[in-house]
Amino acid sequence: MTGGDAILRALEAEGVEVMFGIPGGAIMPTYDAMARGTTVRHVLARHEQGAGHMAQGYARASGKVGVAIATSGPGATNLVTPIADAWMDSTPLVCITGQVRSTLIGTDAFQECDITGITMPIVKHSWLVQDARELPSVLRAAFHVARTGRCGPVLVDVPRDVQEAVVDVTFPAELDLPGWRPPTKVHPLQIREAGRAVANARKPILYVGGGTLNGDACDELLELAEAGSLPVVTTLMGKGAFPEDHELHFGWPGMHGPKWSNLAINTCDVLVAVGARFDDRVTGKLSAFAPGATVVHLDVDAAEISKLRDADIPVVGALATAVGELAREVAGHREDGAAPPTAWLEQIREWREEFPLRYERDAEWLKPQTVLETLQRLTADDDVIVTTGVGQHQMWAMQYVRSVRPRSFITSGGLGTMGYGIPAAVGAKAARPEATVVCIDGDGCFQMTAQELATAAIEDLPIVVVLVNNGYLGMVTQWQDMFYDGRRSHVDLRGGVPDYAKLAEAYGGVGMVVTDEAELETALAEALRLERTVVIDCRVAPAEQCYPMIPSGAAALDMIEYVDTLEVKEAKAS
Amino acid sequence: MKHTLSVTVQDKPGALTRITTMFARRGFNIESLAVGPTERPGVSCITLRVDCAQHSLEQIEKQIHKLVDVLRVTELVSGEAVERELMLVKVAVPPERRAELVTTAEALGGRLLDVGTDGVVLELVATPEELDAFHELCRPYGVADLVRTGRVGVPRASARRRAPTRLAAIN
Repeated sequence: MTGGDAILRALEAEGVEVMFGIPGGAIMPTYDAMARGTTVRHVLARHEQGAGHMAQGYARASGKVGVAIATSGPGATNLVTPIADAWMDSTPLVCITGQVRSTLIGTDAFQECDITGITMPIVKHSWLVQDARELPSVLRAAFHVARTGRCGPVLVDVPRDVQEAVVDVTFPAELDLPGWRPPTKVHPLQIREAGRAVANARKPILYVGGGTLNGDACDELLELAEAGSLPVVTTLMGKGAFPEDHELHFGWPGMHGPKWSNLAINTCDVLVAVGARFDDRVTGKLSAFAPGATVVHLDVDAAEISKLRDADIPVVGALATAVGELAREVAGHREDGAAPPTAWLEQIREWREEFPLRYERDAEWLKPQTVLETLQRLTADDDVIVTTGVGQHQMWAMQYVRSVRPRSFITSGGLGTMGYGIPAAVGAKAARPEATVVCIDGDGCFQMTAQELATAAIEDLPIVVVLVNNGYLGMVTQWQDMFYDGRRSHVDLRGGVPDYAKLAEAYGGVGMVVTDEAELETALAEALRLERTVVIDCRVAPAEQCYPMIPSGAAALDMIEYVDTLEVKEAKAS
Repeated sequence: MKHTLSVTVQDKPGALTRITTMFARRGFNIESLAVGPTERPGVSCITLRVDCAQHSLEQIEKQIHKLVDVLRVTELVSGEAVERELMLVKVAVPPERRAELVTTAEALGGRLLDVGTDGVVLELVATPEELDAFHELCRPYGVADLVRTGRVGVPRASARRRAPTRLAAIN
């Protein structure tokens, strides 16, 4: 077989169902092999960045490894953003790129770029394959590295002549990775110490990140929380790891998290970080974050332990095992009489009553929060996967969408990639065709990857885009208003251009425009029913700001809870 | 504080680049670096000298450990390891003072490698600290060229095994 065939046989051997990509010169032998036949579905994206985010959305929705494929040079560099995104959010991703012929490497040949060099700081590992006979073992290793330990992206760069070479290869290939030894076992002494600390805490809290989802530890997390009556806050990446309708769920920490969640996390006595990495958007000023707490840190990546916040009790290991063992340990302590933190739970509930999320309705404008509340109401009982772009709409989605199942909320957390939402939704739909996939997007984000609506329509991967359209780069506007004395610098997108509904139709979808609450409910219900790609252009209040907010670098408890629009107007006038 | 790390890696293309890229990206500085083969075919050893706090060192060790080509990371603790470095120095010493310089060098274990009209080339293998001292000694004679390999080291044959590091404890 040819090297191209070998790539496909290797993907089939890994159980890959779908790959996302675009052909081009240096990857043509592999696309030719596809034409000869493969069981792997190929979804033709309209931009390699779209293909990469689709593969990420697929991976996040399915728990499997996402696969993106592109040509050399610009095809490969267009994958750089998804690779960086997958690196920051630990999404298992295998990117296969064509490379110019071996004899041309290093000569500045047409469409040549050193993609293994460019991506080196943002991949777990990469391979430049020099011999077609290595393809089976390299791809086996690529999938293994992407999904074991802390998940993440890998890149396999294959010169054109290697794809063309005719070779004898055998499957399954051997796995030869003596240097890759992610932790498997969990240290029993650490679990015992952690169990004691958690069970005897008066004010414990579970701070749950995306590692819980990647580590398939959600069932164990539920066991742990229930065994110990432990309150749970989930980060943006951890959203859905713990059912948000559960009585032990207490919101989301960080910059736009509600006050009750931040109060709880910052006054706790034992902070249990589960697959979370003390990101600056969660902690605010690090030295003021949960200052009195004993930190128990569970992570599969030893390098996360004490990277930012010193862990008093580190537990390194696969999270399903670690969290499961901790749950049993805590359950044992409870049976032996260690009291559950009843008063503490009551305290957090009181805070939640006292400091609810709030916004003002407006007679003139539809409010973005209303859009999300309505979406939540209409989809509460359905199998829905939500993806988002990045910005205000993303934060409102965090606040108002209730994720009750793992892998049902897919967003770009670490890298903050505007434009992630639409292609990620297409990928999620490919992973879970039976689910309704909704992309909550902003008008700024939408225009960065809107071309993938064509992919959604043509590949029969329908998604509903709820466009929170305020005519501004909203989050930047909010920062300019709050921290740059209201000097609005190049944030006005001049609502009206493009006509998003018409654009949706041009891409083979359905377009709707919504300007008030009554239209909103009808349009959303219709869109969710259609099983077609729909864009609902929700024209929302242009100056709405996302609260509460902890200013960047400020202590979490110095949050700005809520500012009346009136107060803002008065402040500006004075 | 300065630390020496000995990193054994699979001899694969880019193995060294991955380590140096990681250092650059995470803002760690490499003071010296030496690479060469080991007793095992296909396995190289990279010896890195870094100047950082203990907290950063642990972070560096853990980040290196995660790299797929890396087989082992060990810190060579001073006193528990033998460390050596090679220095070649061309000294523009006038003929009448050469004997004096060469005698000094030989007293320290150095060798005279080359003699020319403008000066001499000396070789010295010693601890990095001794090389510093020898460099100072040569300076008054006029150092025209100086290169050092960067230190390499192995744990002492006579040393007791160290207590496991914190990294090992949590693994």
